[in-house]
Amino acid sequence: MKQIKLVSQINLPEVYSWLQHPEAGGIDLFIGSVRNHAHGKTVVQLKFEGYEPMAIRQMEEIAAEAMERWPIKKLLMVHVLGNKKVGDPVVVIGTATAHRNDAFEASRYLIDELKNRVPIWKKEYFTDNTVWVNAHP
Amino acid sequence: MEILLFGISKEIIGEQILQVPQEARITSVKSLKQWILASYPEMGNLSSFAIAVDQEYATDERLLAENQEIALLPPVSGG
Repeated sequence: MKQIKLVSQINLPEVYSWLQHPEAGGIDLFIGSVRNHAHGKTVVQLKFEGYEPMAIRQMEEIAAEAMERWPIKKLLMVHVLGNKKVGDPVVVIGTATAHRNDAFEASRYLIDELKNRVPIWKKEYFTDNTVWVNAHP
Repeated sequence: MEILLFGISKEIIGEQILQVPQEARITSVKSLKQWILASYPEMGNLSSFAIAVDQEYATDERLLAENQEIALLPPVSGG
């Protein structure tokens, strides 16, 4: 079973409760959040923009790849769009599997591929100016 | 031909949607990329950019036609 979505705000208790499964001995939850510093400067806030239909398709593809490789009972990928402040959760990856090793490996794959392929862009607002992350070498 | 723009490419090109004129004679992803770089040299400062056709990543060889949804994707930075 999988849950993939783009939201304006992540509800962590809801995420954890969705991931629970009677046959799962391990639930691995990765939460990515807004850092207060980047490129040696102070981050005031962030904005995430997405090519929404393609982002969902890419997330579905990545999830399908993971479900083929690991025996996953439940899989969740949720990313936020819009304005976020320091400390806010911006992405949650969750896997529930019978044994912990599969959950760790699958979650690692899911977040790494999300960062590589899913068309979502982060704009950082610093005290002095703004910058789109990863745009320049 | 209309190209959907995202992230920094909207700022470089100065539009939400890029209109590519007929006379540009774009036939493939490769020729579209070349036209974009020639028309907006600042796009060359990006580490890379990709083209999506109908919401999937497209290779340079992919042929372009009317009625496709085409998007310009600067380097992604989600997560």
